[in-house]
Order: sequence, then structure tokens, then C-alpha cells
Amino acid sequence: MGQMKNIFATRWGIISVGAFIGVFAALLQKMGNPGNMGICVACMERDIAGALGLHRAAVVQYMRPEIIGFVLGSLIAAYLFKEFHPRAGSAPIVRFILGAFAMIGALVFLGCPWRALLRFSAGDGNAIFGLLGLIGGIWVGTLFLKGGYNLGRSTTTHTSVGWLLPLTMFGFLVLMLIFPQVKDQGQSGVLFYSVKGPGSQHAPLLVSLVIGLAVGFLAQRSRFCTMGAFRDLLLFRQTHLLLGLLGLVVFAFITNLILGQFNPGFAKQPIAHTMSLWNFGGMVLAGLAFALAGGCPGRQLFLAGEGDGDAAVFVLGMIVGAGFSHNFGLASSPDGVGSHGIAAVIIGLLVCLFIGFTMRKKIAQGGE
Amino acid sequence: MAQIVDARGLSCPQPVLITMEEIKKTGKGQIEVLVDTDTSKENVSRAATSQGWQVQNVAEEGSGYRIVIKKDA
Repeated sequence: MGQMKNIFATRWGIISVGAFIGVFAALLQKMGNPGNMGICVACMERDIAGALGLHRAAVVQYMRPEIIGFVLGSLIAAYLFKEFHPRAGSAPIVRFILGAFAMIGALVFLGCPWRALLRFSAGDGNAIFGLLGLIGGIWVGTLFLKGGYNLGRSTTTHTSVGWLLPLTMFGFLVLMLIFPQVKDQGQSGVLFYSVKGPGSQHAPLLVSLVIGLAVGFLAQRSRFCTMGAFRDLLLFRQTHLLLGLLGLVVFAFITNLILGQFNPGFAKQPIAHTMSLWNFGGMVLAGLAFALAGGCPGRQLFLAGEGDGDAAVFVLGMIVGAGFSHNFGLASSPDGVGSHGIAAVIIGLLVCLFIGFTMRKKIAQGGE
Repeated sequence: MAQIVDARGLSCPQPVLITMEEIKKTGKGQIEVLVDTDTSKENVSRAATSQGWQVQNVAEEGSGYRIVIKKDA
């Protein structure tokens, strides 16, 4: 309850949660997930978009149970600790667009902030440019926040509103059980399954789901957020969330060392390209979009699990954005940026600036 | 008469931002902050403490909380 001390929200709480994510992300890779992609919210949502046929890039189609677990784990934690609070109505269309462009930017870099940290902790030097871009994008976001940018208030609503994204995720899990993967077949019922490429690499379903549930539970309790880590540092000189992020990096690094997954260098890194400017630029776009939307892609999933219907719209925006990314040739590959990736980053930045500059209305003070 | 900051329905980092604004404007005394999530409750309390204010009381109110923060002289 409200008065009960939430140990996960303490300094050691958030460090432990970051460490947990770091260790289990590296282990998920060991158990089958793609290289430096033990957990990547953007890549995994992209794979879900592929599994649903929203794009037809045959190498990235798999209904990732980790994402389903993140939302449902958060839902369970929110109910157990009486924090489930159905709410919606804070500029949903803006959140959808921000989600779509966040995904487009992340797929130019090839990873969300979580994967940027995991790539870094596995020795991928290209991740440094991605992380710098992320920080740059968040910094621009903090300038807008200081200038009065806000998305307006949400209002408390029907419980069912908060349940819709968790139920959607549960539905995805049911689909996976009805139409399970068949060896060497690209399709099973309505779902697509990659036969080769990153989409074909995955830990066993149950392992992915259980680790996803655990991460979702812990992240809901601790409010773990990779974007918030840098935003709070830049905006308030607060290091609370940053400690969680550092916990992730340090423990992922140690686990990667132990498992032999640490390979320092720039060339030939798994599912990565070496175009530094666009590793940077893609993440400037993603970082700005996350900052304007108030959370990294993981945090949006956890918020959706605790009843935030606006965060749920951001998630759907990301999944649809992944569809656009692959259908329009915006996503990068190990060979470099996609044919229209650079144009998409520029358009995305312009859209974010438009949103940032125009949504500066003062919040009406309620008072009493 | 305490200043009231209504941060209900606002998402991160707005509750902390508008509380910090009020703290800077007021300097000392008492501020009541209304929030509607536990995350905002924790963030506002943490931010106030970092500014040398004391969290005097946190009371459940409606589906959220009323946080009373205070700084003497």
C-alpha cells in the first residue's frame, strides 16, 4: 500500500533490478536469443510485427514471449501492490506517432536503449555512437521540457481500458500456443516464424516468458527506465535511475565475460553496422521521441501493464512503426542503413521538433 | 495557507518539474502536492528531499496521494 516502503524504489533496489536485467539478458543470448540481443524492446517488438505479418522481412519474424512477459509481469506486480491505475487520454495520437518514429530511429541504429547498453557491455564499439545519440536526443527533449512542453493530463478511466494491452499480449501468447513454430516452416497458421536470421534465434518459449515476467515484475516495482536515467541526470542532476542503468551495464559485462560473449571491436559485431553517423543519428531520433513521450520502450511496456492506456498507444505505435520500417526500407542491416533510412530519420526529427515546439501550453493548475 | 501543486494525471517528469518550480518560487514554507500514481509519489518525495525540503505527510486521497512538503526558514 501507499505507506509501505517500496524496497525496489531505493538506491540498492534499482541497482539490483538493473543487475538482474543485465545478467538475464546475457543468459537469454546464451540460451538462444540473437547476438547482443538477449533483450531488445525495439527488436523484439519488430519481430512481433513480423510474426503478425505487419512486415514481411522474413528474417525478423517471431512472437517474442519476453515482451508479453514484460507487460503481464508488470500487471501482476501492479495488482499485488495495489498500483493498477487505469488511466488514458493524454494526447494518444501524439504518443502513437512518437512510438512509430522512436522505432524507426532505433532500427536505423539497430537497437533500443537496452540493446545499446547490452551491445556496449559486449564490446560493440558502435554502440558508443548510439548511446551518445541517445543522450543527445534526450538532451534536446529536456530543453523542450524546460520550455513548458507537456502532453497534458490523463484521466482515471474504466478498468477495462487498462486491461486492453495486457489482454492483447495474452492473446498473442495464446496465438503462439495454437499455432506453434514448426521446424523449417516460415508460417504456422496465422503467425510467421523466421526460418533463418535473427528471428529464428530464440531461447525456449517458457524460459523467455518466465524471464520476461520476472523483468516486468521487477521493473514495475523499481520504475526502471533507461531514458529517464539520462533525462533525470540532465534535468534534475538526479542519479537514481542512472544507478539502475549502470547496474545493467556492469552485470551484463561481467556475465558476458564469463560466458565468452565479450568481443571488443567495431567490425563484424552481431546485428550491427559501422556507419557511426547514422548509429548516432538514429538514436538522436529515438532518444528525443522517448523523452517527449516520457519513457524508454521498456518503461512504456511496464506502464501499459499498470493500466496506462497512453503508454499502450505508444507501444502500438512502435509495433506499427516497425512495419513501416521494414516495408519502406528504413531499417538498417549489418551492411548499413536502409535505402530510405536517412530520409526517415530527418523526417522523424522534424516531426519531433514540430511536436516539441507546438505542445507548450501551460498546464491548467487545478488547486482547490 | 499552503501552496497546492496539482500533478494528477501528469506523466513523468511533469510532477517533479512543476513541484521543483513551486519550490524555487516559494523558497520556504509548505507545499501540498497532489499526485495520482505511486511513481509520482516517490519521485516528488525524492526530489523534494534533494532540495532540502522535508516530506511531512503523505495521505491517500481519492485514487492518489496528497504529499505535504515543508522547509523552515
